[in-house]
Amino acid sequence: MNREDFKILDTNLVYFDNGATTLKPAQVVDSIVDYYTNYTANAHRGDYDNSLKVDMMYEGVRDKVKKFINSDKTSEIIFTSGTTDSLNRVVFGFMKYHLSKGDEVLITKAEHASNVLPWLELEKELGIIVKYIPLNEQNIVLMENVKNSITEHTKVISLAHVTNVLGDTRPIEEIGKLCKEKNIYFVVDGAQSVPHMKTDVQKNNIDFLAFSAHKMLGPTGVGVLYGKYELLDELKPTIVGGGMNSLFEADGMVEYKMLPTRLEAGTPNIAGVIGLGRAIDYLLEIGMDKIHDYEIELKKYLIKRLEEIPDIIVYNKNIEGATVAFNIDKVFAQDTAVYLNHYHICVRAGNHCAKILKDELHVKNTCRISFCLYNTKEEIDRLINALKNSKDIFNIVL
Amino acid sequence: MDPNLRREILLDNYQNPEHKKLTDDPSYIKINTNNESCIDNLDIMYKIENDKIVDICFDGEACAISTSATSIMIKELIGKTIEEAKVIVNEYEKMLNEEPYDENILGELIVYNEIYKQPNRKKCALLPFESIKKVIK
Repeated sequence: MNREDFKILDTNLVYFDNGATTLKPAQVVDSIVDYYTNYTANAHRGDYDNSLKVDMMYEGVRDKVKKFINSDKTSEIIFTSGTTDSLNRVVFGFMKYHLSKGDEVLITKAEHASNVLPWLELEKELGIIVKYIPLNEQNIVLMENVKNSITEHTKVISLAHVTNVLGDTRPIEEIGKLCKEKNIYFVVDGAQSVPHMKTDVQKNNIDFLAFSAHKMLGPTGVGVLYGKYELLDELKPTIVGGGMNSLFEADGMVEYKMLPTRLEAGTPNIAGVIGLGRAIDYLLEIGMDKIHDYEIELKKYLIKRLEEIPDIIVYNKNIEGATVAFNIDKVFAQDTAVYLNHYHICVRAGNHCAKILKDELHVKNTCRISFCLYNTKEEIDRLINALKNSKDIFNIVL
Repeated sequence: MDPNLRREILLDNYQNPEHKKLTDDPSYIKINTNNESCIDNLDIMYKIENDKIVDICFDGEACAISTSATSIMIKELIGKTIEEAKVIVNEYEKMLNEEPYDENILGELIVYNEIYKQPNRKKCALLPFESIKKVIK
């Protein structure tokens, strides 16, 4: 759908690497160009018209994000540089001061590096213990395994809502409920979920949520950290400087501003935030449920068509999500990706930043197809034709 | 070079690479390629005695270009002195960077003389050379 808004698709390109980043519709690009061309000014500053307009636009996006994820207050929305930045702030600005030696953090081996490495650093620094909720034979998280992993020392559960390799959706509503009962902080990596389905931080009792604009039709370099107000208010700024202080004196007396300003030191990515706002409008104009259903339909169609080809191994056939991880039997994933590139089909090959998933998946590298709203069944047919002809793969890649 | 012959050499070195077996011999130096690439994961082991490369072997998982380049590099470098190896590595890099190079000393490595046409594969062809550079400095 809406293919006319993505000029790059006129070039006959098939873009199936949306888990890495999505294409940007003209409306998003135009909104950024408009800011740079017609009303450039800093935010939260002068009394002139353009500066006020920038303020309204920038703060207006905060309100859009609030509604988009159904948070309670606008001040619970912090603009960051992306999911990685957001998760790092949760770990090093909040958890570092609220956890102590022996406290347990539950993650899984299917998490993205940005939801693993900060915890491993904090483990070294504080002596907290990072534990992995076991995945079942399909590599998904079952409630039963979540419950069984909780001990009296469990203080945090930090999970991707949708994983980036296999695309499975975690039962976050139930996990959120459990966290509330057991007084456990619930951190959600929403990088792969927020762009593709409705998000509701209140209904799911999410304490902290992180996501990126560039995976949801928006620009790179901007993302969001949501935190429940009372928790976010205790998150120490990991970056200090201009804009976030209310006063400071030569003798060291310092006072910081209220949320959300306190956590946005320096000139923010104004153009990026404006682009994010336009991307949210764009997604809502179509409707998140419609997007989600359409992408699931594409995945089902792809799985069905892949079954026609005997030497294709699919690693997440029975998992509902908009991602397919596969290999051609006896062909290295990167060679498959280079081969498909020959047909102008973009797929991702590798471990997709989930380096410890190999322990569970028993294969280190896969090709990943991840859909977005502009993908079509015709594009899938092109992929299938290329894969059916892959007997000549080495004539093409070598 | 005839493209069919080139492909045959590459494919043969990919599907039946030589020296693809690691050793427990502690006199070998082991270098992993993960630092250079997230996806290719090769362990390459070098035995060096009196400034001479006595043996090289490898194992791991990598793409067709990286694997074949490792196999061919190993065959070309076993028996060479460190100084000779440095010259070969240097000339090979010049070839990949489209600079003038001496094709006479590259042996079978010459099969990569057109890899510059596929810039996304250049890194693959360089992978084993990044490894040996750490050994011969």
